Amino acid sequence: MEFSDHIKTANVEDVVLRQPLHPPSRGTVCITGHHLLFSDREEGSSRQVLLLLRNIDAIEKRISGSSGTITIKCKDLRVLHLDIPGMEQCLNIAHSIETLSCLDSVSEMYPFFYRPPDLSLHNQWGLSSPEKHYSQIKELHDKWRLSTVNSDYSLCPSYPPAVIVPKSTDDDLLKKVAKFRQGGRFPVLCYYHRKNGMVIMRSSQPLTGANRKRCREDEHLLQAMIDGSDKGYIIDTRSSQQAQQARMTGGGFESKSSYSHWKRLHRQMERGKALQESLIKLVEACGDESHNMDRWLSKLENSKWLSHVQTALSTAGLLAECVERDGHSVLVHGSEGTDSTLLISTLAQLIMDPCCRTLEGFLALLEREWVQAGHPFQQRCAHSAYSHARLQQESPVFLLMLDCVWQVWRQFPLALGFSEALLLRLANEVYASNYGTFLCNSHQERCALGVTENTHCLFQALLRPMERDYYSNPLYEPTELAIWPSVHPQSLQLWRGFFLRWTEHTRQLEEAQEEIRNMVIEWGKLALSDALSMNT
Amino acid sequence: MEHIRTPKVEQVRLLDRFSNKTTNGTLYLTATHLIFVESISNNSASAGQEIWILHHHIASVEKLSLTTTGCPLVLQCRNFRVVHFVVQRERDCHDIYSSLLRLLQPVSYQELYAFSYNPKQNDQQREEGWQLIDLGAEFERMGVPCDQWQLTDVNRDYKVCETYPRDLYVPITASKPIIVGSSKFRSKGRFPVLTYFYQEKKAAVCRCSQPLSGFSARCLEDESMLQAISKANHNSRFVYVMDTRPKLNALANRAAGKGYENEDNYSNIRFQFVGIENIHVMRTSLQKLLEVIGTRSLSMSDYLVGLESSGWLRHIKAVVDAAIFLTKAVTVEGASVLVHCSDGWDRTAQVCSLGSLLMDPYYRTIKGFMVLIEKDWISFGHKFADRCDQLDGDPKEVSPIFTQFLECVWQLTEQFPQAFEFSEWFLLQIHEHVHSCQYGNFLGNNQRQREELQLRERTHSLWAFLMSERQNYLNPFYSPAYSEAHPVLAPSTLPYNFKFWRNMYHQFDRSMHPRQSILKTILTLRENSRKVEGTLQALESRLQQLGVTPIATSDPPAPPPTRDQLSNSNTLPPRPDSLILGAPINHKEVQRQEEEDEQEEVGEEATESTDTERTVEGSSGTESRKQSYGELEGTYNTELAKEEPAVVSLEFGVARMTC
Repeated sequence: MEFSDHIKTANVEDVVLRQPLHPPSRGTVCITGHHLLFSDREEGSSRQVLLLLRNIDAIEKRISGSSGTITIKCKDLRVLHLDIPGMEQCLNIAHSIETLSCLDSVSEMYPFFYRPPDLSLHNQWGLSSPEKHYSQIKELHDKWRLSTVNSDYSLCPSYPPAVIVPKSTDDDLLKKVAKFRQGGRFPVLCYYHRKNGMVIMRSSQPLTGANRKRCREDEHLLQAMIDGSDKGYIIDTRSSQQAQQARMTGGGFESKSSYSHWKRLHRQMERGKALQESLIKLVEACGDESHNMDRWLSKLENSKWLSHVQTALSTAGLLAECVERDGHSVLVHGSEGTDSTLLISTLAQLIMDPCCRTLEGFLALLEREWVQAGHPFQQRCAHSAYSHARLQQESPVFLLMLDCVWQVWRQFPLALGFSEALLLRLANEVYASNYGTFLCNSHQERCALGVTENTHCLFQALLRPMERDYYSNPLYEPTELAIWPSVHPQSLQLWRGFFLRWTEHTRQLEEAQEEIRNMVIEWGKLALSDALSMNT
Repeated sequence: MEHIRTPKVEQVRLLDRFSNKTTNGTLYLTATHLIFVESISNNSASAGQEIWILHHHIASVEKLSLTTTGCPLVLQCRNFRVVHFVVQRERDCHDIYSSLLRLLQPVSYQELYAFSYNPKQNDQQREEGWQLIDLGAEFERMGVPCDQWQLTDVNRDYKVCETYPRDLYVPITASKPIIVGSSKFRSKGRFPVLTYFYQEKKAAVCRCSQPLSGFSARCLEDESMLQAISKANHNSRFVYVMDTRPKLNALANRAAGKGYENEDNYSNIRFQFVGIENIHVMRTSLQKLLEVIGTRSLSMSDYLVGLESSGWLRHIKAVVDAAIFLTKAVTVEGASVLVHCSDGWDRTAQVCSLGSLLMDPYYRTIKGFMVLIEKDWISFGHKFADRCDQLDGDPKEVSPIFTQFLECVWQLTEQFPQAFEFSEWFLLQIHEHVHSCQYGNFLGNNQRQREELQLRERTHSLWAFLMSERQNYLNPFYSPAYSEAHPVLAPSTLPYNFKFWRNMYHQFDRSMHPRQSILKTILTLRENSRKVEGTLQALESRLQQLGVTPIATSDPPAPPPTRDQLSNSNTLPPRPDSLILGAPINHKEVQRQEEEDEQEEVGEEATESTDTERTVEGSSGTESRKQSYGELEGTYNTELAKEEPAVVSLEFGVARMTC
């Protein structure tokens, strides 16, 4: 089916666009296969709004008399209104938006059509991979190896072809372990702590089931992980009660009797639908324009979003503490190992590893821990907070991760090499993008569709000189030390830059941040010219 | 000194409020301070940390029941510091407890620290300090006296109103009999007087107390007084009367022979209630807030629920809302406004001063803010002595009204990062000293009392001290151009714009704060760049002397945005020899100071070393805490909160005080 089949009216003149932070403007609306284009009619002021249809989360239409208003609610939380003359035109436009904004077929999505002149499809795709990661950490090579047992995705459809595992375990053993872990996600290494040689591994839950099945190979693999050490920790992102209950449905946890060298720590983290509902409630609260303080605070509390932020950060802190302070290796999992597991392993690495705090390092971390590790982006980010569609697999785990990183950035404004703008950009891109990076649910799916051959890579694009300047933190000063965030509720804040982004006052703060950048640049120049004059 | 039974107690443990951390040390009790000195032990890198607590800052001291490890003593301070000591011997604890009980309740003003505090200044310097703020000049700046407003000498001897200052400004048409008559009809004699004049529209902000109207009483002089205020403004046919109380409170006052203006009796007024709660509600609200945030292992939900049920932010919003109403009436409608509450020294002071701050960019500068406080709070008789509990008095009179004002200002600085010349540190420092009783400015309840106490002769002025430290309080984002473009601020009062002021209420809880401060970094960077710029200029002139045309200056670097605001390009003022309260937090601080001193000697060459110094600030704590990693085995299971890895830079502003 062609896109044009969905477009009955491609152009409408004399439309009034109302959007936050701008005065209303009159112009022409144009619908294409992937975009909504609004261009200002007024001479000289050629203002344009180009909106990716994929970015539209929900629309509402109101017809009165011979004209109608379409309210467009975007996944980046912007709300636009289009006043369209002519009832039929209005309905046509609305229909086109509705259909084209949620196309199911990935290969029809915009990244496959996006061909900017300054990017070539032959450019390098991606920043990191397990292979690269492994080759970068020489210290690993003694006890760890790169296994290609999953090269045909038969062990674990959501893992990449190569994974890092203990050297003392062979591929046959891995095959057996994969059968004992949900979705085949057997324990793999995701982080090596150079300071003490401890590691973080992640997996999904073991399939012990109600009759407490054991798997010698799994026990062996875990033992190999902590080879030479007296114990290791398992951080289970479920409460112990939830873990118990999981046994009823075939899942489970590592029991003390079978894994005697391991100490399990349970931290209940919200996931799935509950997290999505939390986001919906929070966004609703932020849109409430009533001047009632009590109502605001109670809605903020009721959304629980900040509680999730607190839990995520403190669990990540716990994980980092186990590794950095306590000096033990840790295995992390929840049930599927594709959501909260990745969330806390990412945050813990950010806390401990200075390499993850540069712009490049952070993007590489995201690529390893989310894209390659098989976070199902397509399912999780199909819709955002405004959608009326029935919730299925949507869950803003990635957004929660970005929020947590923002909280760390607030507390350590000098320690991270990237700026808030990067986090905001990523929060947009993950829901609607010109780039192929966040398409699909796994490496396997991306390969099948030829994503790397047919789309451009976001991470590479963000590292082009102009972008790099914009997204880096002018105040960045690398520190080798771990950065432990405070998780007191008083220390955490609502991420205004994202949730209240389209309000006047957030813009003022943005201006102030711009000011910082300018000042620092000015001072940099000053120092430079000083050095020059010293030389002359 | 006779109250101090035990001047020194050894082996005292200091418990951290939010973690399991304890510090061993020695407690000293002096005539003015309680000092805790951490003992030098080999497993702590921060050994030697000192905590100085001024007796006046202690709001309450409580002895908890004896435990196996000793006798706990909990001190709550007015600057929101809470310290928890455990003293080994019960007798020592009791001695300290009873000494403190006596020391923290001075019975006469002469006992206050201000009367013994001596910053090594001569009389002339002291005198100059007091002359820094001149309210007469301030009214001149506003354009008063003018053809409609004049200075009256009716209160020269505090005869008409003893809680007002001597110099008062009234409409020229308000004759003495009218003033006197009006004052008799107003609670405590506080008749309507000018506090701010908006020159552009010739609109006036006046203040007074409630009328003694009861159910039906009226007063012709008072009516003429309002008429005179109205007539003094040709832009508007009416004058707003803002009663800052909730209507119910005003109604209740009528039964006591007080009340509010009856619109039928006063021609050309528009009457408006704005609903700010009274001092008792505010006191309770803050108590609730402090209780909530003082809870250990507080969950996010309990925090937000507690924040809501304390009502604190609701009250803050109410004050800001009222100030916005005032500002709009004056700047948009060009109408004059008369503001009052009951006695006209709490809510009225809040609303008038905050309104002026919104209307006039001058009050958003460091000097201007001092003037504003001097005018609307000190001279018009906000009862600092009673509200801040300076002497042992009625606990029902204590209320955080001024703290609320400072918080409102802070909320505005958060919304308008470029509009204020001063940073948060300035507000915190003022708050610190309102309660410290170290300077004379805030002692007593009104000007008359201050004159009787001869504060100008016997104590020092805070403003002079703050001015000498001006560099430390600058907001690097301040843009005079912004203020020119936005002389009147129009803040949003949507609830999400009001935030919990962590740096105030958790000033001393280090683990709560961001570990690195943008503000401080920017200040340091700017300091460096200024030094570099100085070098550049020196080199340029050198080159010119040598007859060489410098190449590098063809594109002269643009000055940092706020450079023009800095009157003198000196480096930070040298630190005082002895430090109180802000006494070096750890040896790093001392070391830093040494570095700074060194820099001053070495001059330009040292500029680079300040760069690294910032990292020290940001990360030194982590290093020092490495030794304590071992003890964490058990802690993360019960304690989610991490210990702070690095020192917060807040003490830079708050805690530095001379002895």
